[in-house]
Amino acid sequence: MYTQALDSPEAAAADERESERLERFQARIDRDEKIEPKDWMPEAYRQTLLRQIAQHAHSEIVGMLPEGNWITRAPSLRRKVVLIAKVQDEGGHGMYLYSAAETLGVSRGELIEQLLSGRAKYSSIFNYPTLTWADIGAIGWLVDGAAIMNQIPLCRCSYGPYARAMVRICKEESFHQRQGYEIMLTLSRGSAAQRAMAQDALDRWWWPSLMMFGPSDAHSVHTAQSMRWKIKRFSNDELRQKFIDVTVPQAEFLGLAVPDPDLRWDESAEHYVPGPIDWSEFHAVLKGEGPCNRERLEARRAAHGAGRWVREAAAAFAEKHREPPHAAPAG
Amino acid sequence: MNEDWVLYEVFIRSRSGLEHKHVGSLHAADARMAIEHARDTYTRRQEGVSIWVVRSSDIVASDPAEAEELFEPARDKVYRHPTFYAIPEDVKNI
Amino acid sequence: MSAASESVRPEPSAEDRFEYVLRLADTSLIAGQRLAELLGHGPALEEDLALGNLSLDLIGQARLLLALAGRIEGRGRDEDALAFLRDAPDFRNVTLAEQPNGDFGATIVRQCLLDAWQLESYQCLTGSSDRELADIAHKAVKECRYHWRFSAGWLARLGDGTEESHARVRTALESLWRFTDELLTPDALDARMAVCGIGPAPALIRERWETRVATALAQAKLERPAHQHYPWHGKRGVHTEYLGHLLAEMQCVPRAYPGATW
Repeated sequence: MYTQALDSPEAAAADERESERLERFQARIDRDEKIEPKDWMPEAYRQTLLRQIAQHAHSEIVGMLPEGNWITRAPSLRRKVVLIAKVQDEGGHGMYLYSAAETLGVSRGELIEQLLSGRAKYSSIFNYPTLTWADIGAIGWLVDGAAIMNQIPLCRCSYGPYARAMVRICKEESFHQRQGYEIMLTLSRGSAAQRAMAQDALDRWWWPSLMMFGPSDAHSVHTAQSMRWKIKRFSNDELRQKFIDVTVPQAEFLGLAVPDPDLRWDESAEHYVPGPIDWSEFHAVLKGEGPCNRERLEARRAAHGAGRWVREAAAAFAEKHREPPHAAPAG
Repeated sequence: MNEDWVLYEVFIRSRSGLEHKHVGSLHAADARMAIEHARDTYTRRQEGVSIWVVRSSDIVASDPAEAEELFEPARDKVYRHPTFYAIPEDVKNI
Repeated sequence: MSAASESVRPEPSAEDRFEYVLRLADTSLIAGQRLAELLGHGPALEEDLALGNLSLDLIGQARLLLALAGRIEGRGRDEDALAFLRDAPDFRNVTLAEQPNGDFGATIVRQCLLDAWQLESYQCLTGSSDRELADIAHKAVKECRYHWRFSAGWLARLGDGTEESHARVRTALESLWRFTDELLTPDALDARMAVCGIGPAPALIRERWETRVATALAQAKLERPAHQHYPWHGKRGVHTEYLGHLLAEMQCVPRAYPGATW
């Protein structure tokens, strides 16, 4: 059967058409054209994008939880409104990204189902707990700092809806890192107890933040193809290095110590060289063995489950009160 | 029971005098909710003064496969543009 | 406000003004804090954003009003000193505001009853003889108009949605109705402020609130519960057990590190 099919003239012609299409597709990407939802795209491109965008969306939604943990305990009203606005932004970013993913033909309902069933991944950073107020500072400074580093190149991603979502997200996130650093600055200029709180937060968030860039290039499975498709613009290690180089002086300004005894400045390369990253921890957290994996998913499941009757009620109400198709002219 | 709600596309007029521009999409059970969600999601930073929402399923789109026949025939009709016509520099107000 | 001319109006005491502004400030603060608990746990992503906006509006109102209260008091207490360093009996929010979120139906019913009251109150306060209060009311009334639109819209969807949603929202309404008496029954301070032209005529708020809520209940196919007397008066500092827990959580960091800056 197999050889027969291959030998048939129709199959050979189809193969040729397929490889031509692939070439044309790659040529469009090489010319920096944007791919739009209804354009032809290789199935592998669609799948890679879908996985990446969904993972990104899930990260935003799960990411609301560790910071949300401190909204009710923010130590001033100014800090409280800032944190609410920030967590709210993350919800918005999740929405933009789910919308981008939906253009690839999978509904948000299905994507959320994948998250809640534990099949989908999200950034493992959100499986760490927020134990003190300083963690809110450290997350803004380090986690958002790392996220921005990752996200800015995605504004030029080859897939139009994803690139446009990222433009909006990056614009909105520009205050996130600054508010985090401001918290760290206030703490580090505060009482001894506050300084200790800030140092402890840096100690706990430093390494997980470096791991946010993903495994080193040598062990990254998707990098080469994703770079060719311009879904990814820089390698994990390049971005990680950039992050370390900008962040270490910021820590020095705070008077806090980066928890890496091997960290040194390489004069000739003009880079900071970090000590080895403990990838076993990264893989353990990714596998579900992080400190809060269970709590995060349970919180999402609880919210989704508790909201079901509400969503059903709204749908039932809409059904009963379906408005006439052209209620008011747009103006 | 459909608890996933309907997908709407959102268009925002950013300032008085400008046209509505597509900004993204959202889910809502009804039109009023869609307007409210659009307001809460897409105008948090004073991005707009007017909102349109349209059910995504109501949008009719051109087919990218037909892009050549739809759009390329306009390419050589350069006489539709004012720069096509040579007028001596001495002639004013034209 | 009242027809009395400016010249015959008695001057309010600073204590009265402080107390009165705190009622408004604390009501917004506590309601905002309650809604903030829900961020990340709402029934849909879009609702998380909506609830966040309501919370931000309310806490924003509270900040302006607390700062005003601090100025009236004149003892150097700023918004944070008033929010984080007072004990429950010193809070003057209406009791309804501190009630727990419960399910989404209970949250919506609480907000609906409260939004109607805040909307009518701020609407009247835009004409207050206290200029600073009137300015804050001008800003707040626009926010409250949207809050009402949001909560009344949801009340209709839940009341006229499924059997389950109707039953849930009816239960919540019956449980929370007892706290509305406090909103609508003026006490001596309300009366004094009305005479001064600072606060609205109490009968006016009741009348407008009743009309507004009756319309929303009718749209939601819900019956107005019977009048229930309730002995708690948050606006005089007599609260339910819930407020102490809310404050313990909200105030824990500044209380643990006295004098620290955040």
